[in-house]
Parts: sequence; structure tokens; C-alpha cells
Amino acid sequence: MSGQPLPAPRRTAVLVTLAILFAVLAALPWLGALGVKGYVLSFATRMMIFAIAAVSLDFILGFGGLVSFGHAAYLGIGAYAAGIMVAEGQEDAFFGLAVALVVAAGFAAATGAIAMRTKGVAFIMITLAFGQMAYFVANALSEYGGSDGLTLWTRSTVFGQKLLKAETVFYYVVLGCLVACTALVLALTESRFGRALRASRENPARVAALGYDVDRIRLAAYVVSAMLCAVAGFLLANQSSFVSPGVMSWQRSGELIVMVVLGGMGTVAGAIVGAFAFLLLEELLSLVTVHWKLVFGPFLVLVVLLGRGGLMGFLRGGGRG
Amino acid sequence: MSTLLIVQTLNGLQFGLMLFLVAAGLTLVFGVMDFINLAHGVQYMLGAYLMALFAGLTGSFGLGLLLALPAALASGLLLEALIFRRLYGRDHLDQVLATFGIILFLNEGVKVAFGAAPLSVPMPDWLSGSFRIADGLLYPVYRLAIIAAGLGTALLLWIVVERTRFGMLVRAGATNAPMVSALGVDVQRLFMLVAGFGAMLAGFAGAMVSPILSVEPGMGDSVLILAFVVIVIGGIGSVRGAFIGALVVGLADTLGRSFGTDLLKAALGASAATRVGPALASMLIYIVMAAVLFFRPAGLFPARGRG
Repeated sequence: MSGQPLPAPRRTAVLVTLAILFAVLAALPWLGALGVKGYVLSFATRMMIFAIAAVSLDFILGFGGLVSFGHAAYLGIGAYAAGIMVAEGQEDAFFGLAVALVVAAGFAAATGAIAMRTKGVAFIMITLAFGQMAYFVANALSEYGGSDGLTLWTRSTVFGQKLLKAETVFYYVVLGCLVACTALVLALTESRFGRALRASRENPARVAALGYDVDRIRLAAYVVSAMLCAVAGFLLANQSSFVSPGVMSWQRSGELIVMVVLGGMGTVAGAIVGAFAFLLLEELLSLVTVHWKLVFGPFLVLVVLLGRGGLMGFLRGGGRG
Repeated sequence: MSTLLIVQTLNGLQFGLMLFLVAAGLTLVFGVMDFINLAHGVQYMLGAYLMALFAGLTGSFGLGLLLALPAALASGLLLEALIFRRLYGRDHLDQVLATFGIILFLNEGVKVAFGAAPLSVPMPDWLSGSFRIADGLLYPVYRLAIIAAGLGTALLLWIVVERTRFGMLVRAGATNAPMVSALGVDVQRLFMLVAGFGAMLAGFAGAMVSPILSVEPGMGDSVLILAFVVIVIGGIGSVRGAFIGALVVGLADTLGRSFGTDLLKAALGASAATRVGPALASMLIYIVMAAVLFFRPAGLFPARGRG
């Protein structure tokens, strides 16, 4: 990785950003008087789901320096677990989620163990390779829709009750997952394990000299990240009632990286801000013009040219870091 | 079977050589400037659109190509001067974000300028028709022309990189750019030329395939990923590696899709093979890449001093 490591943004800045974000999100369904309708709520749900995926990626990318270009595979594993379980008549949310977590952990442990042998660009490309393999496997699942995808005829149930069917309930469940994921990742990065992970980004040789097994720490982080991303995938399939191989395409993996880098790597809050900014700008600009990418593309270029460390970097005061 | 094998091998060769033209610029830009340029794929697309524009205006394939190439070169120089040069030395992921923005802008830009519908470029009369390779084996002349153009360009590139002063600087830059700068070489000019000619090569590939593929927004995106696969297989910064890597990817992908299922039938039986075959064929180049990276993380032919 070229470039100088940036000083981390102040912890208070991160926590204040998170507190404001979560407070606004928690209040959103109560703003019916301000014109918050079903559409806004379901769009906000979608933003939060992608924020979970972005937070999961930031854990290994921002804190571990592991640029996974195949992370959409875990989004897909979670989504397909939801879809396939419902299709097989196993509608219980906890059961489906457990399947998603186990499969994601297994795939991450197996491919991660191989990928950890490489570093830098080779790591980016080997994770792309595994992501593409998962993508083509999903395309070949002919009994579950193949390349056309699979429609979920119902949302997962909780103890046999169709609780998640109500948009507001589902909204708060997703918000709860986002808060829990964020808290977990923040706690992990502050733990001994997380400190070793962060240190291994800067100087793996020194961390190894201190007696840590760097590859094992990285692999453990990779598995945790994959499982969190699978949660996002599970929610995504439930929200859209649909899953197709497109959810694990390399473009999706690229978008997740773009979200994290846009918001600011290694801050957790940055990943959420990045995911929100990405989806919100896409949505708002496309209301103004069908050619919204003519505005969004240069915006991304300007964020890089004018600032350092993404949108969170501007919070540090002065774009130059 | 053997006729089909020859035809598909030629198709794979043609595909591989076009990938090489895109990958050559990508690997040099990466190797010399340490710059991840995701916008390289849209430069391939731009080449195809410039070809469609100029061939349409002049009514001639040759004249169109003659105008499209300098225009592609100019587009590369312009992007370098406006944006790329501010990104050298930045974090790789900053480069990814900025060049992703360029992709979005240019994909949409051609849609605004030329419409969303695919364009087609007419094949020149003197290159249409088929060539008889053997009895009962006809192959389109135009595809043979692409193979010839690809091989010719590869040879030219080899001469430039291995036998000229400019090429020497490029090779030195791919090994250790700061040292080249310290020796008093104007690296800014070197970087600009590498980016410009890299863009022109990608544009040339786009222009050459424009009569046989539909020219449409986003056509560079999948080529970009394949070009990255090629350069990490070959070794970043190495033109020779890109050449071998491109042929491996082109042939493996084309032959895998044509014969993979049939080969599997012998091993797995017909029903299992038809299920697994197409997926496995699509995965083949990624399996090859993962294997190469596992055993040789720096690629097959890393630029000297990098391995």
C-alpha cells in the first residue's frame, strides 16, 4: 500500500457521528407528519443493510489492511441462505440466519486460509477469484432460479410469527442489527485482538516478533467480517423478497469497497456514512436526472482530490489531514 | 471436433491478443507509476466509440482507425494531465475510488453523446468474407486480421520496450521508479507518455473489435477485470508476462466454454456434466489465477527486481 497512513480521526468524532446517525434513524418512522412514507422507510432499511455490509468490510479493510474484492460473496451467501431456506419450507429466521452464518464462516475459513498466503494486490485478486467462483456457483443453482434468481414468497418468521412482515418492525430489526454490528466491530477493534490486527496492518513483522500469529489473527478477522456481511445478505433477501446471482457480482464487491473508501476507512462510522452517501446520492441524483452518474462520478473524483481519508476525513478539519 | 478445435483455438487467440492490448497498458501504468487505473477499461470502450464516430464520418474503416488512434492517445494524455498525476503516490484505494468515478462519468458520457443503444461499425469490404484454412474449414478474414494486428502490435511493443531508450526507461521505472527519477530522468513526462500510449493501445483494441462486437456503454467493464486477471497472472509491470497471461486467459476461457462440458461428460456422466460444466468453464480463468497466485504470488514473470 502506498501513501502515508493517516492519523485516526478523533474517537469522539466517530462516536458523535454514530450517535447522531442512530438517533436520526431511530426517529425516522415517527416522522410521518413530515411525509415519511413506506417508500422512505424501505429505502432507509436498504441503506442500513448496505451499511452493515460496509461496516463488516471496513473491519478487515480499514483495520486489517486486507482489501477483499470478493466480499459480495458473503452478501450472496446470506441472501441465498434466506432464499433457499424459505423455498425449502424452513421459514424460521433464526434457523436461516444460523445457516447463513455457518456457511459464510466455512467459505471464509477455507478461502481465507488460502488467500492469507498472498498480500497486497495479489490478495485483492485472489479474493476476487473466490468471489467469482461463488458467483458462478449461484448461477448454476438451477433448482433455485439459476441466473434468473429466486423469489421469496414470504419473509422469514420469528417463532412462527410473521413479525418481520410489518415494514416498521423490520426497519427496527435492521437498525438493531446495524447498531449491534457497529458496537461489536468497535469493541473488537479496541480489544487485544483488534489492536494486534491494526498493528499487523502497519507492520506485520513486528507483530509477529511480539509472539502473535499474524495469519491467524487476520484469518479470524476475515471470518468474523464474512459472518457480519452474511447477516446483511440475509436481511437484504428478506427485504427485497428476491435474491439473484447479481448480489454477488464483482461490481457489488467493488461498490462495497467504494462505500468504505468514500466514507473513510478504518473508522466504522465512515463505512456507514459512505454507504448512506453512496445510496442516497444515487437515489437523489436520479430523481433530478437520468444521467446522475455524470454528477456522481466527478463527485467521487473530487472527494479523493480535495480530501484525504474520505468523507470522515473532512471531519478532522482541513481536507489535507 | 478437430475443425471446431482449430476454430476455437483461433477465437481464443484472437480474444487473448485483444486482452493483451488492454493489459499491456494496464500493467505498465501499474508497474511504472504504482497506479491502479480502473479507468483503463473505459479507454477500450472509448476506442470503440471513437472508431464508430470517425468510421461513420469518413465512411472508411482505415481513415476511421487513423483518426481514432490519435484521439484515443489524446484522451489518455488528457486524463493523465487532469486527474491521474494528482493520484500517483496516493493510497491504492484512493486511486480505486477516483478512477471508479471516471468509469461512471465516461460510461454515462458516451450514453449522452451517442445514445444508450448499441452502435455497430461496418466491416471493411476488403476484410470481410472468409478464408479457407483447410477443406471444409472457413474462418472470417476479419478475425485473422485482428490476430495479425495483435501479433504485430505485440512485436512492435516488444521492440519499443526492449530495444529503445524510452523502453529502457519504462523497464527501469517498472523496477524502481524513484531511482529513475533520482538519475535525472523527467519522470513526469515518462509517466504521461506511458499513460497516453497505454490508453492508445486499449483504444486500438476497442477499435479493432468494434466491427464484430456491439459498441455500447459499459463494454469495457468486463474487459477491465479480465485485464487485471491477465496482469496478475503475468506479473505486474511485465509486458512479456501480460502477453503470456493474455494468451492463457483467452485460450482457457474460449476452449473451456467450448469443450469443458464435453470433457467432463467422460468423467462425470452426461447429466452431471451439463449441470457443472458451464459453471466450471466460467470459473476456469479464476481457478487458474488463484492457483498462480497461490504458488507464485508475484505472478509468472514479475518485472525484474520485484519478484
